[in-house]
Amino acid sequence: MSELVIDKDIDRSKMKISNEVAIHIGKMNKWYGQFHVLRDIDMTVHRGERIVVCGPSGSGKSTLIRCINRLEEHQQGQIIVDGTELTSDLKNIDKVRSEVGMVFQHFNLFPHLTILENCTLAPIWVRKVPKKEAEEIAMHFLQKVKIPEQALKYPGQLSGGQQQRVAIARSLCMKPRIMLFDEPTSALDPEMIKEVLDTMIQLAEEGMTMICVTHEMGFAQAVANRVIFMDQGQIVEQNEPREFFRNPQSDRTKLFLSQILGH
Amino acid sequence: MTLTFTRKEMLPPQAPPVSQIGVVRWMRENLFSGPLNSILTIVSILVVWWIISHIGPWFTNAVWYAGSLAECRQILDGATGACFGVIRDRWSQLLYGFYPSNLFWRPNLAMVLMVVALAPILFSAVPRKLLWFSAVYPAIAFWLLWGGSFWVPVAVLAGFGAGYGAFRILAPLSSLLSMLAGVAAAVIWWVFLALPLAGVLQSVAPLALQQVASRDFGGFMLSIIIGVTGIALSLPLGIMLALGRKSDMPLIKVVCVGFIEFIRGVPLITLLFTASLLLNYFLPPGTNFDIILRVIIMVTLFAAAYMAEVIRGGLAALPRGQYEAADALGLDYWKAQRLIIMPQALKISIPGIVNTFIGLFKDTTLVVFIGLLDPIGLSNAIRADTNWNGIYWELFVFIGLCFFIFCFGMSRYSMYLERKLKTDHR
Repeated sequence: MSELVIDKDIDRSKMKISNEVAIHIGKMNKWYGQFHVLRDIDMTVHRGERIVVCGPSGSGKSTLIRCINRLEEHQQGQIIVDGTELTSDLKNIDKVRSEVGMVFQHFNLFPHLTILENCTLAPIWVRKVPKKEAEEIAMHFLQKVKIPEQALKYPGQLSGGQQQRVAIARSLCMKPRIMLFDEPTSALDPEMIKEVLDTMIQLAEEGMTMICVTHEMGFAQAVANRVIFMDQGQIVEQNEPREFFRNPQSDRTKLFLSQILGH
Repeated sequence: MTLTFTRKEMLPPQAPPVSQIGVVRWMRENLFSGPLNSILTIVSILVVWWIISHIGPWFTNAVWYAGSLAECRQILDGATGACFGVIRDRWSQLLYGFYPSNLFWRPNLAMVLMVVALAPILFSAVPRKLLWFSAVYPAIAFWLLWGGSFWVPVAVLAGFGAGYGAFRILAPLSSLLSMLAGVAAAVIWWVFLALPLAGVLQSVAPLALQQVASRDFGGFMLSIIIGVTGIALSLPLGIMLALGRKSDMPLIKVVCVGFIEFIRGVPLITLLFTASLLLNYFLPPGTNFDIILRVIIMVTLFAAAYMAEVIRGGLAALPRGQYEAADALGLDYWKAQRLIIMPQALKISIPGIVNTFIGLFKDTTLVVFIGLLDPIGLSNAIRADTNWNGIYWELFVFIGLCFFIFCFGMSRYSMYLERKLKTDHR
């Protein structure tokens, strides 16, 4: 399997998938100019699902999850997040964005603010939480990602893994119902990947609905309930992880798996 | 020969050798590191000495007590020396122009209050409550400098209140509508209500200072009025123009690009002439549109166009991820700009912004061409007096020194600010 073996015992007691639909994407298409990046995407995510999206670079997997909180605009079809359809209506977009947390490959922490300020900013200005309360919430989540002692430092003083954990805490401070991860470990040194994955596993154990674009196949096997393989802007194959890895159906998937797992 | 090696214990850090630190080391490294550098050092020292020995006497022999250039020359008796008597004789003109001398306390007080008003803006250690004073300071300064009824600046300030009130009343309906209504309410207030209201208040409670006309303003007072107002107004205007230039809305974008490119393509002198001559043709006859106000508007627009491009550079330097992270957290456009984008973009742009400020402040001397008596204009006026006919260097040295103090101050402040805001730990 992949280099990174998840050695943790995963507590699956709270990982429950309900019938409630968290995200519905129907016949969604997107173009960059003439280039057809996403083609007829159909996908329904139930609350409590942990989905790993994988695929070669340029397959549209990042674009897909960026469409879910409208960092990218789709041109055709339907995206409904938590019962709110994404259209050009700014109110809906802001509502969805405050319900959906996002973690980026390059962390995107705000370098001019301390770790604590990074975490309290959105709750104070978007949720109108009083400052003191926002700080308590922030400290709670910093504790959870195991870096409360760094609260007063600036992002530039932290290691990559610590920065990514702060980014996760920053999203959690908005109490999101869905978390999106866009290659959260791709910019990290191997030593730091584990600490970020551990945080994500912990989140999954608490029943968070997660969509994660990643190449960490160990994580996919241990945590995901569904793996989606994309190529050329389309969903090529999806399955529960055990079957996906053991018994891939399409040739494209087989080739991809042999390349990333073979060496 | 063996290739295997295993370190048994890690080495502790040690202090550097004594010969590698201290003044001697610095001099050897920076001044006398080789024959060529040693020669250059010695030649440089000689050049510096030659310059000092030639210019020095002009300062050391300077005559401070003389009523005219002729008297100066008599005292100097053929030796080289400056005649700073002119500064002693005419310092009040250089500072205040033809402002009535019995009213000098007013610009002085305005200047002191300006320092108080600037303190909370420049230094975060100063209590934030003082910002209220900074906000009303322009009205106070206007009243002190120009005099007239106390109620005029009060009525003008109240316009902001009227605009804000309209904004707040309509805010729940629509943000765009409420913003437009706020602006409209303020403009209506200023055009139709402010002056009559001030007149009524004046008749009820007369409170007025002796009026001083704009043509009596001059010297550094004028430079500072134009410079500081221009600086204070051009930064926000420049930010708006920079954001407008990056806007998705075609109309706003075209207007901003057109404005910036037009202003940058035209010399400031042209704009100042427009302000002093042409505007009168366009304004309805009988309108009294103060010349200093016109100049301030032109200087502000000019600096704002440059400022916009400087800030656009700062915006371009920000990674896209910062916008995306702000969006992903649900911050709307204005909150994202205010809390995430602008603090970083402005920080990056500090050197360019201060560059524009310094340029603007020095450009205030250009108003001499439209007949305002800035320090340079006054130096001409002073020379027109037979007593001081033919005196150049002393006045220019003094004026240059005063400008240098202001501009160097701005430069040092910007460096302090850059150090203070440096949080990226690169």
